[in-house]
Amino acid sequence: MCFDVAVIGAGVIGALTARELAKYKLNIALLEATNDVAMGASKANSGIVHAGFDAKPGTLKAKLNVKGCSMMPAVCADLSVPYKNNGSLVVAFSEEEMETVKNLYDRGIANGVPGMKILDKKALKELEPNLSDEVCGALDAPSAGIVCPYELTIAATENAVVNGVEFKRNCKVEAISFSDGVFSLKTTLGEIKAKYIVDAAGAYSDEIAKMIGDNSVELVMRRGEYFILDKAVGNMVSHTIFQCPSKMGKGILVSPTVDGNLLIGPTAEDIDEKDNTSTTANGLNTVKTFSVKSCPAVSTRNAITSFTGLRAHPVNDDFTLGASKVNAQFIHASGIESPGLTSAPAIAEYLADVITNAMGEVEKNDSFNPVREEVFRFRHASDEEREAAIAKNPAYGRIVCRCETITEGEIIDAIKAPAGARDVDGVKRRTRAGMGRCQGGFCGSKVVEILARELGCEVNEITKFGASSNILFDKTK
Amino acid sequence: MLNYDLVVVGGGPAGMAAALKAKECGVESIIILERAETLGGILEQCIHTGFGLHYFGEELSGPEYAAKFIDQLENTDITVKTDTMVLDVDDNNLVTAVNKQDGLLKIQAKAIVLAMGCRERPRGALEIAGTRASGIMTAGTAQKYVNIDGYMPGKKVVILGSGDIGLIMARRMTLEGAEVKVVCELMPYSGGLTRNIVQCLDDFGIPLKLSTTVVETHGKNRLEGVTIAQVDEKLRPIESTKEYIECDTLMLSCGLIPENELTKNVGISIDRITNGAVVDEMRQTDHKGVFACGNVLHVHDLVDYVTLEAQLAGEGAAQYILSDCAKETEYVSPKTGNGVRYLVPQKVNIKNGNDVKLYFRVGQIYKNARVVLECDGEIISSKKKVKLAPGEMENVVIPAATLAKMNSDSTITVRVEE
Repeated sequence: MCFDVAVIGAGVIGALTARELAKYKLNIALLEATNDVAMGASKANSGIVHAGFDAKPGTLKAKLNVKGCSMMPAVCADLSVPYKNNGSLVVAFSEEEMETVKNLYDRGIANGVPGMKILDKKALKELEPNLSDEVCGALDAPSAGIVCPYELTIAATENAVVNGVEFKRNCKVEAISFSDGVFSLKTTLGEIKAKYIVDAAGAYSDEIAKMIGDNSVELVMRRGEYFILDKAVGNMVSHTIFQCPSKMGKGILVSPTVDGNLLIGPTAEDIDEKDNTSTTANGLNTVKTFSVKSCPAVSTRNAITSFTGLRAHPVNDDFTLGASKVNAQFIHASGIESPGLTSAPAIAEYLADVITNAMGEVEKNDSFNPVREEVFRFRHASDEEREAAIAKNPAYGRIVCRCETITEGEIIDAIKAPAGARDVDGVKRRTRAGMGRCQGGFCGSKVVEILARELGCEVNEITKFGASSNILFDKTK
Repeated sequence: MLNYDLVVVGGGPAGMAAALKAKECGVESIIILERAETLGGILEQCIHTGFGLHYFGEELSGPEYAAKFIDQLENTDITVKTDTMVLDVDDNNLVTAVNKQDGLLKIQAKAIVLAMGCRERPRGALEIAGTRASGIMTAGTAQKYVNIDGYMPGKKVVILGSGDIGLIMARRMTLEGAEVKVVCELMPYSGGLTRNIVQCLDDFGIPLKLSTTVVETHGKNRLEGVTIAQVDEKLRPIESTKEYIECDTLMLSCGLIPENELTKNVGISIDRITNGAVVDEMRQTDHKGVFACGNVLHVHDLVDYVTLEAQLAGEGAAQYILSDCAKETEYVSPKTGNGVRYLVPQKVNIKNGNDVKLYFRVGQIYKNARVVLECDGEIISSKKKVKLAPGEMENVVIPAATLAKMNSDSTITVRVEE
């Protein structure tokens, strides 16, 4: 069988693009090299829906950022993904930085960002009393928001699969050939044929493009380190607090997350490896130093965990989207660094337009259902909803993760979902089991047991995140 | 809605002893809510011996120690619900819990004993740089994998932290055929019991490196190694002492944190040092009718002391439930003097009429020092100690006669004199 489109990479771009294409009567494959969706940049970033004042007017980044920001609430509502319109503030600490703030304001106006205001110190401190006394003022962008990037990716993939997209995990593309108008992809799961390819392989999108002889994508890996702090300090600020940007990016932010934690980071350091998600002592120290500048009360004594995200920074400083100059059936989706998450719904639409226009007449899929039904979340449910859920399925009455109040029923749902969890981290991202204060100390072994039972394998076959990340060895003596 | 005189949250050693004592004191209806599938708490996975020397005068394994209380419970009419998680305790002592059989449970209690125990400090709270490979786990999690599930969580092991669970696991993993390469301890002294250092490390030739920490983890999928380094007096790693050690497992035994989420929700005051509730000598918190005991109150090193403390809480709860008129109270808060990190209880009712034992830990190692109890400027006791260590909980008794002479302006101080 030959797919109409093979989307390479199940990050937020690949997942939303596959879902967008499912609105048409097309055979679509979503190919993922690892054991789960959202395993690259989509798993580890700031989770910010940017208002759109950063990007240079006229760039794809600028256009798709503002559009994506306005699309995000509806997309999240359709996919039952938590989104919060908390607004962002770019804080200035000197008169010189106030000039930067004014420039960002002008840029925002040029890009079509709605509702921006420049705040003086008094207004700013009233809005966010926990900010440093050193602040001079800020750019207030009320259209900005926060979203959980992997949850959005998981939901988009689920919805894509429900609408007919074929998801293949552990399917790494190793070579691509082209003849008679059809690509043949050599993968770790065998040969896959497709008329069109969307290269949404993130950090590896340059290598995928090279497989068809297209060397136009140039990426530099940029490492960003973060801390996640306890929910006890999750309300230290209500807005996303940026400092003034530099040429390495938007600087260290302090932001609430949709789940109620506080996020601080990221650093920005260019590295050579595509998959080096190590944290470093220096990087973590930088995060501490700069986050305290915005919010003196921030302390990593409240740290739950730290992590590194890798963004594929494009040398040309803009997204590369659309047909390759080497082969018009090969569609680039490369260099999607910040504001890539925000732009993702707009990028998906843009790419679907490119492909369907190139195909000519494409029939709409009338049975497409954009809605992913809400997943039962015990911790958010009322007493009545909890009673009803337990009556229907007693597994919702058994708490497995005590820190985040996650039930066995939710974990089973996550495993049985379309493109469901296959490893401990997959369960964690879908349910939050293991994301609390004890970091899976108590529930980790239970999650392993439930995975093994539901997947019908031995507990020592269960991994943390696929490949050789096994948790247990042999039986004891 | 159900009604019970006493709701005990947690069926580990603390919860069981508190419930049994309350029963003995005449409380009629008692329910224990336990989140695990069995009673016994963490004792169930502690298959080594060393429990009960003080309380029972014999050396028992963890499950044996627990069984003594489980057996007693079976001979009472105390209700036990396992696999039941308490979700909330409100201002009026209404407890909300959930399990598979009953669904949501609302239980109105006259008194509550909080006995939820503690959790281990995880990797994320330790700021160890490096990769997110599998094979990094707390020692207690590893203990469960080996002793309950029957699987080996690693073959070549480095242990960070010389808390008792880490020491016990060093021996356990060795006995199961793993190679334990080293135990690193950030501090210049071990946080564990001396007997465990001798029996679990020395006897097996496992090196203990003091003033040493893990600075980085390596390996993309499964852990492949760690970098360790010595630290200076400010606990900063010394670059020139960095050393790579190949291993597939890093076990963390870096401290225990009382699990006080429920306690905090009720608005009960928390001691900044113990991370447990502020209590009086009967272990009553500042929320009337709510008591706390065991590791949720402060981390103990011997279960025997947990039992004794829980019995106080059970007795206190019984008094609270059964006495129609409130007891006469007049509180004095004992002060920590030189070398003493904290004191439990944090306040003493001088009208209590009984001796009151103050438990405490010191902040560093002392040799041939004295523990001095001073009340209203008078030295009540001065006991010579060959060794005082942060890893070993100490206590001192305020005699009833001393308390009887006090008033609300009185002072009580415990200090170490070198």
